[in-house]
Amino acid sequence: MKRIKTITTRDMNKSKMTGGCGECQTSCQSASKTSCSVANQHCEQRKDK
Amino acid sequence: MTMIHTYRLNGFNIVVDAASGAVHSVDDVAFDIIERCDIVMSDSDLSAKEFFADKEILDAIVADIVSSSGISREDVRETLDDLAELSDAGQLWSEDPFEAAADEIKLKQSVLKAICLHVAHGCNMDCEYCFAGKGDYSGKSGIMSAEVGKRALDYLVENSGSRRHLEVDFFGGEPLINWDVCKEIVAYGREIEKKTDKIFNFTLTTNGVLIDEDVIDFTNREMGNVVLSMDGRRETHDRMRHSKSGGGTYDSIMGNFKALVDSRTEEGAERRSTEYYMRGTYTAYNKDFCSDVLAMADLGFKETSIEPVVADPSAPYALHEEGLPKLYEEYEKLALEMLKREKEGDGFNFYHYTVDLTGGPCIYKRVAGCGVSTEYLAVTPTGDLYPCHQFVGDDDMIVGNIYEGITHPEVVEIFSGANNIYTRDKCKDCWARLYCAGGCAANNYHSNGDINKVYEFGCKLHRKRIECALMMAVAREEW
Repeated sequence: MKRIKTITTRDMNKSKMTGGCGECQTSCQSASKTSCSVANQHCEQRKDK
Repeated sequence: MTMIHTYRLNGFNIVVDAASGAVHSVDDVAFDIIERCDIVMSDSDLSAKEFFADKEILDAIVADIVSSSGISREDVRETLDDLAELSDAGQLWSEDPFEAAADEIKLKQSVLKAICLHVAHGCNMDCEYCFAGKGDYSGKSGIMSAEVGKRALDYLVENSGSRRHLEVDFFGGEPLINWDVCKEIVAYGREIEKKTDKIFNFTLTTNGVLIDEDVIDFTNREMGNVVLSMDGRRETHDRMRHSKSGGGTYDSIMGNFKALVDSRTEEGAERRSTEYYMRGTYTAYNKDFCSDVLAMADLGFKETSIEPVVADPSAPYALHEEGLPKLYEEYEKLALEMLKREKEGDGFNFYHYTVDLTGGPCIYKRVAGCGVSTEYLAVTPTGDLYPCHQFVGDDDMIVGNIYEGITHPEVVEIFSGANNIYTRDKCKDCWARLYCAGGCAANNYHSNGDINKVYEFGCKLHRKRIECALMMAVAREEW
Protein backbone atom coordinates (compact mmCIF):
# COMPACT_ATOMS: atom_id res chain seq x y z
CA MET A 1 0.00 0.00 0.00
CA LYS A 2 1.44 3.31 -1.13
CA ARG A 3 0.28 5.55 1.67
CA ILE A 4 -0.38 3.15 4.51
CA LYS A 5 1.99 1.01 6.50
CA THR A 6 0.45 -1.48 8.90
CA ILE A 7 2.52 -2.32 11.95
CA THR A 8 2.42 -6.00 12.84
CA THR A 9 0.25 -6.61 15.89
CA ARG A 10 -1.15 -9.74 17.46
CA ASP A 11 -4.35 -11.01 15.83
CA MET A 12 -6.91 -10.80 18.64
CA ASN A 13 -9.44 -12.99 16.87
CA LYS A 14 -6.92 -15.78 16.50
CA SER A 15 -5.89 -15.35 20.12
CA LYS A 16 -9.46 -16.14 21.14
CA MET A 17 -8.97 -19.60 19.68
CA THR A 18 -5.51 -20.22 21.10
CA GLY A 19 -5.36 -18.02 24.20
CA GLY A 20 -6.74 -18.05 27.70
CA CYS A 21 -4.23 -20.47 29.25
CA GLY A 22 -3.68 -18.00 32.09
CA GLU A 23 0.01 -18.79 32.48
CA CYS A 24 1.02 -15.17 31.90
CA GLN A 25 2.14 -12.81 34.62
CA THR A 26 -0.53 -11.07 36.67
CA SER A 27 -0.67 -7.45 35.59
CA CYS A 28 0.06 -5.87 38.95
CA GLN A 29 3.00 -8.09 39.87
CA SER A 30 5.36 -6.02 37.81
CA ALA A 31 6.69 -2.53 38.19
CA SER A 32 3.44 -0.70 38.42
CA LYS A 33 1.40 -1.72 41.47
CA THR A 34 -0.84 1.30 40.93
CA SER A 35 -1.91 1.45 37.29
CA CYS A 36 -2.98 -1.65 35.48
CA SER A 37 -1.65 -2.12 32.00
CA VAL A 38 -1.41 -5.14 29.75
CA ALA A 39 0.20 -3.88 26.59
CA ASN A 40 3.69 -4.25 28.00
CA GLN A 41 3.22 -7.81 29.17
CA HIS A 42 4.22 -10.98 27.39
CA CYS A 43 2.22 -14.02 26.43
CA GLU A 44 3.83 -16.96 28.20
CA GLN A 45 3.11 -19.30 25.27
CA ARG A 46 4.74 -17.01 22.74
CA LYS A 47 7.69 -16.28 25.02
CA ASP A 48 8.55 -19.98 25.05
CA LYS A 49 8.71 -20.18 21.27
CA MET B 1 -19.87 0.16 17.00
CA THR B 2 -16.62 0.62 15.14
CA MET B 3 -13.98 3.02 16.37
CA ILE B 4 -10.64 4.31 15.25
CA HIS B 5 -8.25 6.73 16.91
CA THR B 6 -6.15 9.09 14.82
CA TYR B 7 -3.31 11.23 16.12
CA ARG B 8 -0.13 12.94 15.03
CA LEU B 9 3.04 12.66 17.07
CA ASN B 10 6.72 13.20 16.31
CA GLY B 11 5.92 13.70 12.62
CA PHE B 12 3.99 10.46 12.32
CA ASN B 13 0.31 10.09 11.46
CA ILE B 14 -0.98 7.13 13.41
CA VAL B 15 -4.28 5.29 13.18
CA VAL B 16 -5.36 2.74 15.78
CA ASP B 17 -8.30 0.40 15.27
CA ALA B 18 -9.93 0.02 18.67
CA ALA B 19 -11.55 -3.40 18.33
CA SER B 20 -8.58 -5.21 16.79
CA GLY B 21 -5.73 -3.17 18.27
CA ALA B 22 -4.26 -2.80 14.76
CA VAL B 23 -1.86 0.12 14.25
CA HIS B 24 -1.22 1.93 10.97
CA SER B 25 1.29 4.60 10.06
CA VAL B 26 -0.04 6.68 7.18
CA ASP B 27 1.01 9.69 5.12
CA ASP B 28 -0.76 13.07 5.23
CA VAL B 29 -3.06 12.26 2.33
CA ALA B 30 -4.23 8.94 3.76
CA PHE B 31 -4.61 10.54 7.20
CA ASP B 32 -6.90 13.18 5.75
CA ILE B 33 -8.91 10.59 3.82
CA ILE B 34 -9.26 8.35 6.88
CA GLU B 35 -10.49 11.22 9.05
CA ARG B 36 -13.03 12.27 6.44
CA CYS B 37 -14.26 8.69 6.04
CA ASP B 38 -14.58 8.35 9.77
CA ILE B 39 -16.68 11.49 10.09
CA VAL B 40 -19.00 10.41 7.30
CA MET B 41 -19.31 6.89 8.74
CA SER B 42 -20.17 8.23 12.17
CA ASP B 43 -22.61 10.85 10.90
CA SER B 44 -24.41 8.48 8.54
CA ASP B 45 -24.38 5.61 11.01
CA LEU B 46 -23.13 3.28 8.29
CA SER B 47 -21.05 0.18 8.94
CA ALA B 48 -17.67 0.11 7.20
CA LYS B 49 -19.00 -2.50 4.79
CA GLU B 50 -22.00 -0.35 3.89
CA PHE B 51 -19.81 2.72 3.61
CA PHE B 52 -17.34 1.19 1.17
CA ALA B 53 -20.22 -0.20 -0.92
CA ASP B 54 -21.89 3.21 -1.24
CA LYS B 55 -20.69 4.61 -4.57
CA GLU B 56 -22.41 7.94 -4.11
CA ILE B 57 -20.72 8.66 -0.77
CA LEU B 58 -17.32 7.54 -2.04
CA ASP B 59 -17.65 9.70 -5.18
CA ALA B 60 -18.45 12.71 -3.01
CA ILE B 61 -15.39 12.08 -0.81
CA VAL B 62 -13.14 11.66 -3.84
CA ALA B 63 -14.43 14.88 -5.40
CA ASP B 64 -14.01 16.74 -2.13
CA ILE B 65 -10.41 15.60 -1.61
CA VAL B 66 -9.40 16.13 -5.23
CA SER B 67 -10.66 19.71 -5.15
CA SER B 68 -9.16 20.58 -1.78
CA SER B 69 -5.77 18.84 -2.03
CA GLY B 70 -4.89 18.58 -5.69
CA ILE B 71 -4.28 14.82 -5.38
CA SER B 72 -5.35 12.91 -8.48
CA ARG B 73 -8.69 11.11 -8.57
CA GLU B 74 -6.89 7.77 -9.21
CA ASP B 75 -4.66 8.28 -6.21
CA VAL B 76 -7.57 8.95 -3.88
CA ARG B 77 -9.45 5.97 -5.31
CA GLU B 78 -6.44 3.74 -4.76
CA THR B 79 -6.17 4.86 -1.13
CA LEU B 80 -9.87 4.23 -0.56
CA ASP B 81 -9.45 0.74 -2.04
CA ASP B 82 -6.60 0.14 0.41
CA LEU B 83 -8.77 1.28 3.31
CA ALA B 84 -11.58 -1.02 2.17
CA GLU B 85 -9.09 -3.88 2.05
CA LEU B 86 -7.92 -3.17 5.60
CA SER B 87 -11.51 -2.93 6.75
CA ASP B 88 -12.32 -6.29 5.15
CA ALA B 89 -9.29 -7.77 6.89
CA GLY B 90 -10.64 -6.56 10.27
CA GLN B 91 -7.84 -4.05 10.79
CA LEU B 92 -9.73 -0.80 10.33
CA TRP B 93 -13.22 0.16 11.48
CA SER B 94 -13.58 -3.40 12.65
CA GLU B 95 -16.62 -4.53 14.59
CA ASP B 96 -15.91 -5.63 18.16
CA PRO B 97 -16.49 -9.39 18.27
CA PHE B 98 -15.51 -9.73 21.92
CA GLU B 99 -18.19 -7.89 23.87
CA ALA B 100 -20.74 -10.67 23.50
CA ALA B 101 -18.21 -13.18 24.81
CA ALA B 102 -16.94 -11.03 27.68
CA ASP B 103 -18.64 -12.99 30.46
CA GLU B 104 -17.34 -16.28 29.10
CA ILE B 105 -13.87 -14.75 28.76
CA LYS B 106 -13.97 -13.46 32.33
CA LEU B 107 -14.80 -16.96 33.58
CA LYS B 108 -11.32 -18.04 32.52
CA GLN B 109 -10.04 -16.06 35.49
CA SER B 110 -11.23 -18.74 37.83
CA VAL B 111 -8.15 -19.80 39.70
CA LEU B 112 -5.64 -18.03 41.88
CA LYS B 113 -2.18 -17.57 40.38
CA ALA B 114 -0.57 -14.71 42.25
CA ILE B 115 -0.34 -13.36 45.76
CA CYS B 116 1.09 -10.20 47.16
CA LEU B 117 2.62 -11.15 50.48
CA HIS B 118 2.63 -8.29 52.94
CA VAL B 119 5.47 -9.69 54.98
CA ALA B 120 5.78 -6.48 56.97
CA HIS B 121 3.21 -3.86 57.78
CA GLY B 122 5.83 -1.47 58.94
CA CYS B 123 8.61 0.44 57.29
CA ASN B 124 12.04 1.84 58.01
CA MET B 125 11.23 4.90 55.92
CA ASP B 126 8.64 7.62 56.23
CA CYS B 127 7.61 8.63 52.72
CA GLU B 128 5.19 11.50 52.53
CA TYR B 129 3.03 10.03 49.76
CA CYS B 130 2.85 6.39 50.95
CA PHE B 131 -0.53 4.86 50.01
CA ALA B 132 0.03 2.26 52.72
CA GLY B 133 -0.27 4.81 55.53
CA LYS B 134 3.54 5.08 55.87
CA GLY B 135 3.84 1.33 55.76
CA ASP B 136 1.47 0.23 58.49
CA TYR B 137 -1.83 0.32 56.54
CA SER B 138 -3.93 2.58 58.75
CA GLY B 139 -2.38 1.49 62.00
CA LYS B 140 -2.65 -2.25 61.33
CA SER B 141 1.05 -2.90 61.76
CA GLY B 142 2.49 -6.38 61.99
CA ILE B 143 5.18 -8.74 60.85
CA MET B 144 4.35 -11.95 59.00
CA SER B 145 5.58 -15.16 60.57
CA ALA B 146 7.15 -17.92 58.49
CA GLU B 147 4.19 -20.11 59.40
CA VAL B 148 1.71 -17.62 57.88
CA GLY B 149 3.90 -17.19 54.81
CA LYS B 150 4.17 -20.93 54.23
CA ARG B 151 0.44 -21.41 54.69
CA ALA B 152 -0.12 -18.60 52.15
CA LEU B 153 1.95 -20.56 49.61
CA ASP B 154 -0.06 -23.69 50.36
CA TYR B 155 -3.27 -21.68 49.91
CA LEU B 156 -1.99 -20.42 46.57
CA VAL B 157 -1.13 -23.93 45.39
CA GLU B 158 -4.45 -25.38 46.62
CA ASN B 159 -6.40 -22.76 44.72
CA SER B 160 -4.33 -22.63 41.54
CA GLY B 161 -5.95 -25.55 39.71
CA SER B 162 -3.84 -26.63 36.77
CA ARG B 163 -1.93 -23.35 36.48
CA ARG B 164 1.80 -23.99 36.66
CA HIS B 165 3.32 -20.51 36.90
CA LEU B 166 2.58 -18.98 40.28
CA GLU B 167 3.73 -15.57 41.45
CA VAL B 168 4.58 -14.36 44.90
CA ASP B 169 5.60 -10.75 45.50
CA PHE B 170 7.27 -9.81 48.77
CA PHE B 171 5.71 -6.49 49.59
CA GLY B 172 5.13 -4.27 52.58
CA GLY B 173 5.68 -1.87 54.23
CA GLU B 174 9.24 -2.80 53.67
CA PRO B 175 9.80 -6.54 53.18
CA LEU B 176 13.50 -6.45 54.03
CA ILE B 177 12.72 -5.73 57.68
CA ASN B 178 11.42 -9.30 57.68
CA TRP B 179 14.08 -10.73 55.37
CA ASP B 180 14.77 -14.03 57.12
CA VAL B 181 11.11 -14.95 56.84
CA CYS B 182 11.15 -14.05 53.12
CA LYS B 183 14.04 -16.46 52.64
CA GLU B 184 12.30 -19.18 54.58
CA ILE B 185 9.17 -18.78 52.47
CA VAL B 186 11.22 -19.01 49.26
CA ALA B 187 12.91 -22.19 50.49
CA TYR B 188 9.49 -23.64 51.27
CA GLY B 189 8.33 -22.73 47.76
CA ARG B 190 11.29 -24.53 46.22
CA GLU B 191 10.35 -27.64 48.23
CA ILE B 192 6.80 -27.44 46.87
CA GLU B 193 8.20 -27.23 43.34
CA LYS B 194 9.98 -30.55 43.85
CA LYS B 195 6.75 -32.28 44.86
CA THR B 196 4.41 -30.70 42.32
CA ASP B 197 4.51 -29.30 38.79
CA LYS B 198 4.20 -25.75 40.11
CA ILE B 199 6.80 -23.09 39.32
CA PHE B 200 7.11 -20.10 41.64
CA ASN B 201 8.24 -16.73 40.41
CA PHE B 202 9.23 -14.75 43.50
CA THR B 203 9.60 -11.01 43.27
CA LEU B 204 10.64 -8.33 45.73
CA THR B 205 9.59 -4.70 46.06
CA THR B 206 11.98 -2.75 48.30
CA ASN B 207 13.06 0.73 49.33
CA GLY B 208 16.68 -0.44 49.36
CA VAL B 209 17.79 0.70 52.81
CA LEU B 210 18.62 -2.81 54.03
CA ILE B 211 20.11 -4.21 50.86
CA ASP B 212 23.40 -5.94 51.68
CA GLU B 213 25.50 -8.69 50.15
CA ASP B 214 23.20 -11.39 51.47
CA VAL B 215 20.13 -9.71 49.96
CA ILE B 216 21.93 -9.23 46.64
CA ASP B 217 23.12 -12.81 46.50
CA PHE B 218 19.75 -14.26 47.47
CA THR B 219 17.64 -12.08 45.16
CA ASN B 220 19.93 -12.88 42.23
CA ARG B 221 19.52 -16.58 42.88
CA GLU B 222 15.84 -16.63 43.76
CA MET B 223 13.89 -13.57 42.62
CA GLY B 224 12.49 -13.33 39.11
CA ASN B 225 12.22 -9.57 39.42
CA VAL B 226 13.13 -6.87 41.90
CA VAL B 227 11.33 -3.55 42.02
CA LEU B 228 13.53 -0.85 43.50
CA SER B 229 11.77 2.26 44.75
CA MET B 230 13.58 5.42 43.75
CA ASP B 231 12.20 8.70 42.43
CA GLY B 232 14.93 9.90 40.10
CA ARG B 233 16.83 13.10 40.82
CA ARG B 234 18.24 13.49 44.31
CA GLU B 235 16.07 16.53 45.12
CA THR B 236 12.91 14.77 43.88
CA HIS B 237 13.66 11.64 45.84
CA ASP B 238 14.62 13.37 49.06
CA ARG B 239 11.59 15.63 49.00
CA MET B 240 9.18 12.72 49.50
CA ARG B 241 11.18 9.68 50.54
CA HIS B 242 12.32 10.41 54.08
CA SER B 243 14.08 8.41 56.74
CA LYS B 244 12.36 7.95 60.08
CA SER B 245 14.42 10.82 61.42
CA GLY B 246 13.17 13.07 58.65
CA GLY B 247 16.14 13.42 56.30
CA GLY B 248 16.37 12.35 52.68
CA THR B 249 17.30 8.77 51.81
CA TYR B 250 18.94 9.15 48.41
CA ASP B 251 22.46 8.66 49.73
CA SER B 252 21.57 5.66 51.85
CA ILE B 253 19.94 3.71 49.02
CA MET B 254 21.73 4.63 45.80
CA GLY B 255 24.87 2.65 46.47
CA ASN B 256 22.78 -0.36 47.44
CA PHE B 257 20.65 -0.21 44.30
CA LYS B 258 23.73 0.21 42.14
CA ALA B 259 25.43 -2.78 43.71
CA LEU B 260 22.33 -4.95 43.33
CA VAL B 261 21.68 -4.01 39.71
CA ASP B 262 25.35 -4.27 38.70
CA SER B 263 25.56 -7.70 40.22
CA ARG B 264 22.24 -8.76 38.68
CA THR B 265 23.12 -7.68 35.18
CA GLU B 266 26.83 -8.48 35.15
CA GLU B 267 27.74 -10.63 32.18
CA GLY B 268 28.25 -14.29 32.98
CA ALA B 269 26.93 -14.04 36.54
CA GLU B 270 24.83 -16.90 37.79
CA ARG B 271 21.30 -15.85 38.59
CA ARG B 272 17.67 -16.68 38.04
CA SER B 273 16.87 -13.54 36.10
CA THR B 274 18.32 -10.20 35.06
CA GLU B 275 14.97 -8.49 35.54
CA TYR B 276 14.67 -5.44 37.73
CA TYR B 277 12.88 -2.13 37.68
CA MET B 278 13.78 1.22 39.11
CA ARG B 279 10.33 2.31 40.12
CA GLY B 280 9.57 5.93 40.90
CA THR B 281 6.54 7.99 41.77
CA TYR B 282 5.94 11.49 40.50
CA THR B 283 3.82 14.10 42.22
CA ALA B 284 2.75 17.71 41.76
CA TYR B 285 6.24 18.66 42.95
CA ASN B 286 7.96 17.05 39.95
CA LYS B 287 5.62 17.35 37.03
CA ASP B 288 8.84 17.55 34.99
CA PHE B 289 9.31 13.85 35.74
CA CYS B 290 11.03 13.13 32.42
CA SER B 291 14.16 14.52 34.07
CA ASP B 292 13.74 11.99 36.88
CA VAL B 293 13.52 9.05 34.51
CA LEU B 294 16.55 10.35 32.63
CA ALA B 295 18.39 10.74 35.93
CA MET B 296 17.83 7.01 36.54
CA ALA B 297 19.06 6.20 33.04
CA ASP B 298 22.09 8.46 33.44
CA LEU B 299 23.06 6.47 36.52
CA GLY B 300 23.17 3.38 34.34
CA PHE B 301 19.79 1.90 35.21
CA LYS B 302 18.32 0.49 32.01
CA GLU B 303 14.92 -0.61 33.32
CA THR B 304 12.86 2.32 34.53
CA SER B 305 9.34 3.04 35.57
CA ILE B 306 7.59 6.03 37.08
CA GLU B 307 3.97 6.24 38.15
CA PRO B 308 1.70 9.16 39.01
CA VAL B 309 1.10 9.43 42.75
CA VAL B 310 -2.11 7.94 44.12
CA ALA B 311 -3.26 10.54 46.63
CA ASP B 312 -6.16 12.25 48.29
CA PRO B 313 -6.99 15.25 46.07
CA SER B 314 -6.47 17.57 49.03
CA ALA B 315 -2.85 16.48 49.50
CA PRO B 316 -0.38 19.23 48.51
CA TYR B 317 1.48 16.79 46.26
CA ALA B 318 -1.66 15.42 44.53
CA LEU B 319 -1.90 15.69 40.76
CA HIS B 320 -4.87 17.47 39.23
CA GLU B 321 -6.59 17.85 35.88
CA GLU B 322 -5.04 21.27 35.21
CA GLY B 323 -1.58 19.70 35.34
CA LEU B 324 -2.33 17.32 32.46
CA PRO B 325 -0.87 19.38 29.58
CA LYS B 326 2.51 19.48 31.33
CA LEU B 327 2.36 15.74 32.07
CA TYR B 328 1.49 14.98 28.44
CA GLU B 329 4.43 17.10 27.36
CA GLU B 330 6.75 15.17 29.67
CA TYR B 331 5.61 11.78 28.36
CA GLU B 332 6.25 12.96 24.80
CA LYS B 333 9.63 14.38 25.76
CA LEU B 334 10.57 11.09 27.36
CA ALA B 335 9.55 9.09 24.28
CA LEU B 336 11.60 11.31 21.97
CA GLU B 337 14.66 11.20 24.21
CA MET B 338 14.40 7.44 24.48
CA LEU B 339 14.28 7.04 20.70
CA LYS B 340 17.27 9.35 20.35
CA ARG B 341 19.32 7.41 22.88
CA GLU B 342 18.25 4.09 21.38
CA LYS B 343 19.46 5.24 17.97
CA GLU B 344 22.76 6.27 19.50
CA GLY B 345 23.16 2.82 21.05
CA ASP B 346 22.50 4.01 24.58
CA GLY B 347 18.86 3.00 24.91
CA PHE B 348 16.93 2.13 28.04
CA ASN B 349 13.46 0.81 28.80
CA PHE B 350 10.51 2.56 30.34
CA TYR B 351 7.85 0.24 31.71
CA HIS B 352 4.87 1.83 29.95
CA TYR B 353 6.66 2.16 26.64
CA THR B 354 7.79 -1.45 26.46
CA VAL B 355 4.80 -2.50 24.42
CA ASP B 356 5.00 -5.96 22.92
CA LEU B 357 2.81 -5.62 19.85
CA THR B 358 3.24 -9.14 18.50
CA GLY B 359 3.95 -11.17 21.63
CA GLY B 360 1.62 -9.38 24.01
CA PRO B 361 -1.33 -10.86 25.87
CA CYS B 362 -4.22 -12.70 24.24
CA ILE B 363 -7.75 -11.32 24.15
CA TYR B 364 -8.71 -13.08 27.39
CA LYS B 365 -6.32 -10.99 29.41
CA ARG B 366 -7.17 -7.79 27.56
CA VAL B 367 -10.88 -8.16 28.20
CA ALA B 368 -10.78 -9.58 31.72
CA GLY B 369 -8.28 -7.13 33.19
CA CYS B 370 -5.88 -7.39 36.08
CA GLY B 371 -7.40 -10.36 37.88
CA VAL B 372 -7.98 -8.55 41.16
CA SER B 373 -9.56 -10.94 43.70
CA THR B 374 -9.89 -13.75 41.15
CA GLU B 375 -6.33 -14.47 40.03
CA TYR B 376 -4.64 -12.20 42.51
CA LEU B 377 -4.97 -11.67 46.27
CA ALA B 378 -3.06 -9.74 48.89
CA VAL B 379 -2.16 -11.51 52.14
CA THR B 380 -1.65 -9.50 55.34
CA PRO B 381 0.84 -10.39 58.11
CA THR B 382 -1.94 -12.24 59.97
CA GLY B 383 -3.13 -14.12 56.89
CA ASP B 384 -6.17 -12.06 55.96
CA LEU B 385 -6.99 -11.95 52.27
CA TYR B 386 -7.86 -8.79 50.34
CA PRO B 387 -8.69 -8.33 46.62
CA CYS B 388 -5.35 -6.61 46.08
CA HIS B 389 -2.66 -4.69 47.94
CA GLN B 390 -4.49 -1.39 47.43
CA PHE B 391 -7.53 -2.58 49.37
CA VAL B 392 -5.56 -3.80 52.39
CA GLY B 393 -6.69 -2.08 55.56
CA ASP B 394 -10.23 -1.47 54.28
CA ASP B 395 -12.43 -3.65 56.49
CA ASP B 396 -15.24 -3.68 53.93
CA MET B 397 -12.94 -5.31 51.41
CA ILE B 398 -11.64 -8.30 53.33
CA VAL B 399 -12.45 -11.49 51.39
CA GLY B 400 -11.27 -14.18 53.80
CA ASN B 401 -8.11 -15.65 55.25
CA ILE B 402 -5.55 -18.28 54.34
CA TYR B 403 -6.93 -20.80 56.88
CA GLU B 404 -10.66 -20.69 56.13
CA GLY B 405 -10.46 -19.49 52.53
CA ILE B 406 -13.03 -17.11 51.09
CA THR B 407 -15.42 -16.07 53.87
CA HIS B 408 -16.87 -13.06 52.06
CA PRO B 409 -17.87 -14.31 48.60
CA GLU B 410 -19.99 -11.21 48.14
CA VAL B 411 -16.80 -9.12 48.04
CA VAL B 412 -15.15 -11.49 45.55
CA GLU B 413 -18.30 -11.25 43.44
CA ILE B 414 -17.83 -7.48 43.08
CA PHE B 415 -14.68 -8.24 41.10
CA SER B 416 -15.34 -11.62 39.54
CA GLY B 417 -18.79 -10.84 38.17
CA ALA B 418 -19.48 -7.73 36.15
CA ASN B 419 -15.91 -6.53 35.97
CA ASN B 420 -14.35 -6.34 32.53
CA ILE B 421 -13.70 -3.71 29.89
CA TYR B 422 -17.31 -3.84 28.76
CA THR B 423 -18.83 -3.32 32.20
CA ARG B 424 -16.84 -0.16 32.92
CA ASP B 425 -18.73 2.97 32.08
CA LYS B 426 -16.24 4.45 29.65
CA CYS B 427 -14.03 1.59 28.53
CA LYS B 428 -16.17 0.22 25.76
CA ASP B 429 -16.14 3.62 24.11
CA CYS B 430 -12.39 4.04 24.53
CA TRP B 431 -9.96 3.35 21.68
CA ALA B 432 -7.26 2.18 24.10
CA ARG B 433 -9.27 -0.54 25.84
CA LEU B 434 -7.30 -3.46 24.42
CA TYR B 435 -4.03 -1.82 25.44
CA CYS B 436 -4.96 -1.12 29.04
CA ALA B 437 -7.55 -3.80 29.93
CA GLY B 438 -9.78 -1.48 31.89
CA GLY B 439 -7.37 0.17 34.26
CA CYS B 440 -7.05 -0.29 37.99
CA ALA B 441 -10.15 -1.33 39.92
CA ALA B 442 -8.70 0.11 43.13
CA ASN B 443 -8.11 3.50 41.53
CA ASN B 444 -11.69 3.45 40.26
CA TYR B 445 -13.06 2.50 43.66
CA HIS B 446 -11.00 5.00 45.59
CA SER B 447 -11.81 7.88 43.29
CA ASN B 448 -15.47 7.11 42.50
CA GLY B 449 -16.64 4.51 45.02
CA ASP B 450 -17.33 2.00 42.24
CA ILE B 451 -14.89 -0.33 40.49
CA ASN B 452 -16.78 0.16 37.22
CA LYS B 453 -16.59 3.95 37.24
CA VAL B 454 -13.25 4.73 35.68
CA TYR B 455 -10.61 6.96 37.23
CA GLU B 456 -10.66 9.39 34.31
CA PHE B 457 -7.45 11.20 35.27
CA GLY B 458 -5.53 7.91 35.21
CA CYS B 459 -7.17 7.00 31.89
CA LYS B 460 -6.03 10.25 30.30
CA LEU B 461 -2.44 9.62 31.32
CA HIS B 462 -2.64 6.03 30.21
CA ARG B 463 -3.94 6.95 26.77
CA LYS B 464 -1.07 9.40 26.39
CA ARG B 465 1.44 6.72 27.38
CA ILE B 466 -0.04 4.30 24.85
CA GLU B 467 0.07 6.95 22.13
CA CYS B 468 3.75 7.49 22.88
CA ALA B 469 4.53 3.78 23.00
CA LEU B 470 2.81 3.14 19.67
CA MET B 471 4.59 6.12 18.12
CA MET B 472 7.90 4.62 19.23
CA ALA B 473 6.97 1.31 17.58
CA VAL B 474 6.13 3.18 14.38
CA ALA B 475 9.37 5.15 14.52
CA ARG B 476 11.43 1.97 14.85
CA GLU B 477 9.78 0.62 11.69
CA GLU B 478 11.19 3.61 9.82
CA TRP B 479 14.80 2.99 10.91
